Parts: sequence; structure tokens; C-alpha cells
Amino acid sequence: MISLKPKPILLNLLLIIITVITLTPFLWMVSASFMLDGHASTYPPRFLPDEFTITQYTKLFTKLNITTNMLNSFILSISVTLISLLFNSMAAYAFLKFRFKGKEKLFTILLSSMIIPSQVTMLPLFLMLKEMGVINTYFAIIIPGLANIFGIFLIRQYAQSIPDSLFEAAKIDGATDFQIYTKIFVPIIKPILVTLALFTFMGTWNDFLWPLITLTDESMYTLPVAMSNLMSEHSKDPELMMAGSVLTILPIIIVFLAMQKQYIKGLMMGSVKE
Amino acid sequence: MNSSKYKYDSGLGSKKSLIIFLSPALLAILIFFFIPVISAFIMSFTDFSIYALADWNYIQFIGLDNYFRLFDDPLFWIALKNTFYFVITAGPLSIIASLTAAILLSSKLTAFKSFFRLSFFLPVVTTLVAVAIVWRFIYHPNFGLLNYFLSYFGISPIDWLGDPVWAMPAIILMAIWKSFGYNMIIFIAGLQNIPEQLYEAAEIEGANSWHKFHHITLPLLAPTTLFVGIITLIGFFQLFAEPYIMTQGGPLNSTLSIVQYMYQEGFRWWNMGYSAAIAFVLFTIIFTGSIIQLKMKKND
Repeated sequence: MISLKPKPILLNLLLIIITVITLTPFLWMVSASFMLDGHASTYPPRFLPDEFTITQYTKLFTKLNITTNMLNSFILSISVTLISLLFNSMAAYAFLKFRFKGKEKLFTILLSSMIIPSQVTMLPLFLMLKEMGVINTYFAIIIPGLANIFGIFLIRQYAQSIPDSLFEAAKIDGATDFQIYTKIFVPIIKPILVTLALFTFMGTWNDFLWPLITLTDESMYTLPVAMSNLMSEHSKDPELMMAGSVLTILPIIIVFLAMQKQYIKGLMMGSVKE
Repeated sequence: MNSSKYKYDSGLGSKKSLIIFLSPALLAILIFFFIPVISAFIMSFTDFSIYALADWNYIQFIGLDNYFRLFDDPLFWIALKNTFYFVITAGPLSIIASLTAAILLSSKLTAFKSFFRLSFFLPVVTTLVAVAIVWRFIYHPNFGLLNYFLSYFGISPIDWLGDPVWAMPAIILMAIWKSFGYNMIIFIAGLQNIPEQLYEAAEIEGANSWHKFHHITLPLLAPTTLFVGIITLIGFFQLFAEPYIMTQGGPLNSTLSIVQYMYQEGFRWWNMGYSAAIAFVLFTIIFTGSIIQLKMKKND
């Protein structure tokens, strides 16, 4: 493309420097998590543990009950992902294949409301959920995540390229709307559903402010809230906090590395406006 | 209604199935998004406080009083100033970092492209709370990696998160590290759409790298840059977890952000009417910022 005059060495060197900057925090996190108490608080800093130990991890699992928080994170991320995938894909199907008055207008209103920051909704939403008696339960996280506009937009964007003839043929063969949705629509949009599942899973897993507000018991905390809470008591224990950070990040990194192609593709698609 | 409007939808289904398919998502969004937005707006004109939380009869409409009170609230101005400092500094720097990385990665001379792209992107997907904790230790004045690294250049230890002057730059640096990979991917997609012939033609006419960047890359990337600018603005104005974990808004409120102030007023002190007013100021700022960017690009 661009036959840059500056030498390839310089270019690749620059990339290596950026890589060192982006990866060092992660590498140090992993390394410090296997250190003995106090070994990450020295000058000059240790880059590798002198003595490899898993005491920090055992402490998290036995004394600090992090298993419960991990379980909360998994249950919530998976349920929000599955439910919102169903609701969003059904709505996207309706927006694509049904004819109704004010459809375009409705979709435009939905799209433009994406600019409203979620913090605006938090106070009344909290009061609503409090009235419903679901604060400090899984429902406090699941209910606001039932459906979202971005998900509907992404599926619709992807499914627009499906030729109508495919659906019409099924209709002539006597398929019901429900059959068309399950037998034709869902299989075709599978790639974007996988991408959206990734986005939703990671988004729910990483979310902080809303769980911080609505989950009040330690046994209900998700990992980020539990970590934030742990930080206030263990701010002098980098080794323990690093082990907790590893456990918080690891599932996300595994999922991301396994499906990075779908993730990146979806990200590029979401950025292409009609 | 003209019939051509319906060219793209086949209007397959019956009314009954339309309702079945559309209503779950639409109702959820209406009840748990649109109604709260409207309620928050109404709430911002009330004195909703901890007393109202127990008995809603305590709620009184107080007109614009919350907004007037904000105007006289020094802490609100500090939060506003801090948030603008963050957005105005971190925003452009992050976009420049993203564009630089995207251009480097799009060059033909680059080796191990997918490895570099992956490592630049890794901070984006990882949990903000967890990496903020990692960075808190990296910024440690005595034992932190950053001060150790700087000591090689003869720079004496800086109390990054404990010094009111350095706390915000430290948060900005961390936020750029966390976010630049996201916009980088969008820029890479934008760069792929620029036809190669343009660069070839420019070379024949003797253009150097800077000319090509200035006259081809930048103008043709303009729509991408606009999109990136708006989403970065929206995201950065919502600054919360970084200062909450690393500084709790301190020292001396030097990193208190609008969202943190809203959180404190609303969910610590239960001044929910006042907090709703803060939320709407935030929304107005984000909305205005996006409109200004759109207008600026149209005038170009």
C-alpha cells in the first residue's frame, strides 16, 4: 500500500515498543500473583517470583470465598446473554420481515436514543426494582439486560442482506412465522448471534457500576464488585490482588482468544452506519 | 403511502405473530429504559431524598431548584472541570494513538501483524476494575514499575495517585492504554476502504509520505474519525471505575468525575432528585458534544 521510505526496522521497532507497553501490566500481574506475601512490594521490583507459590490463589478460594463471586459472574453473564439474544433476534426479525405502520420511525427513535447514557436511567430503575423486591438478587442485573437496542440494530444490519425470496418460498410451502424464524432466520444469522453473544457476555462480565449499586451482599457480588471491595481491605497486598485480577480477567481472555475473529468482525460491522 | 416504500420488506407475517415477536424486546426497552429516562427527568425537578425513599408522600416538586443548587455547588464544578480535563486530554491522545497504531499495522512492511493487533487489543476486552487494580500497583510511589522505569532516566519517584497534580494524568495514561485498541480496529477498517490507486497516483506526482497522509488518508478517513470521535466522547464522559478504584476521586477531589459525583449523591446519600439533575447535565453535555462534532464535520 504505502511504500514508506522510513525503514521497516524502525516501523517494527515502534510496534514492539507499543506491544511491550500494552502487555507489561498483564505479564507483571500474572507473575506477581505467584509471589509470596510482600514479594511484589520491594525496590527494585521483582519481575519473576523467586519462589513460585499458589498461596494467593488458595487464600482467595478458601478464605475469601471467591468461588461464589465467580459463580455469580458466570450465571449472570450467561443468562443475560441467552435471554437478550432471544429477545433481540425476535425483534430484529419483526423489524425486517413484518410490515407495520411507523416502523421506520420507531427504529429511528430507538437508534437515536442510543446516545442516552445509561447512568440517566439508573436512579428510577433502582427504585422500580426496589418496589419489585429484586434488589440484591440476580433479577436486578437480568431485568435491565433483557433486550437492548444495539443488539437489535446489529442483527438487523446483518440480516438485511438475506433475500426475501427465501422467506417467501417458505411461506408458500405453508411454514408459519414461528417456523420461518427458527428454521430459516436463526440459522442464517448465526454468525452475528455468536458475535453478539460475545459482546453481551463480556459486557455483563465486565460491568461495574450497576452491580455495585444493586448487589449489596458479598455473597451476591460479581467478580468486579468483589475485587473492588477486596481492594479496600487489601490495598497493601499486591500479590493477592493480582491473583484476584487474574481470575477476573482469565475467562474473558480465554473467550476472546478463542473467538477473536468473530469479535473483531462484529466490532467493524457495528461501526458501519447505514 | 406509496408502494415503493415496501420494496424491502415483504410484509410476510400476520398481526398476531408481529406482536409475539416484537413485544418482548420492545416492552423491556420501554419499561426498563424509556420510562426510567422520563422518570429521571421528572425526578430532577423534585426533592427526592432518603425520606421519600421510605414514604413517597415526602416528594415535592421544587422546579429548577436542583439545577440552581448545582450552579452554586463547588464540588459539582470540580467534578465538571475534572471530567472535561479528562475528556479533552485523553480523547484526542487516545484517537492519535489509535490512528498511529492503525497506520503502522496497515503498512506492508509490518511483520507479525496479527500478533501485534491482538496484543494492542487485549486491554480493550479485559475487565476495567481488574486492570485498574493492576495499574494502581504499577503507579505505586515506592515499589511501582513506572517509577522504577523512570528512574533509569534520572526521574525521581512521583506519587502518581497521591499527588493532586499527577493523579489525573495517571488516570488519563491508563485510560489511553485501555481504550486505544478499540478505535484502532475501526481505523484499520477505514484504511482498508481507501483505494490503493490514490496512493500510487500521488507517488507518480512525487508526493511524500506526509503529503499522502495529509491529502489522501486524513480526508478519506473523515467519516471514520467522526464516528470514532463521537463514541470516544460518549464513553470518556462516563468516566467512573478508573478513579473509583485507583483514587476514590481524590486526592483533594482532583479526580472526582461527574458520574462518581452522581453515584455518591444518589446512592450514598440518597439525594436522588439532586443526583437525577446531575445525570441530566451529563446527558446534555454528551448530546451537545455529539451535535457539535456532527456540525463541524458538515461544515468542512
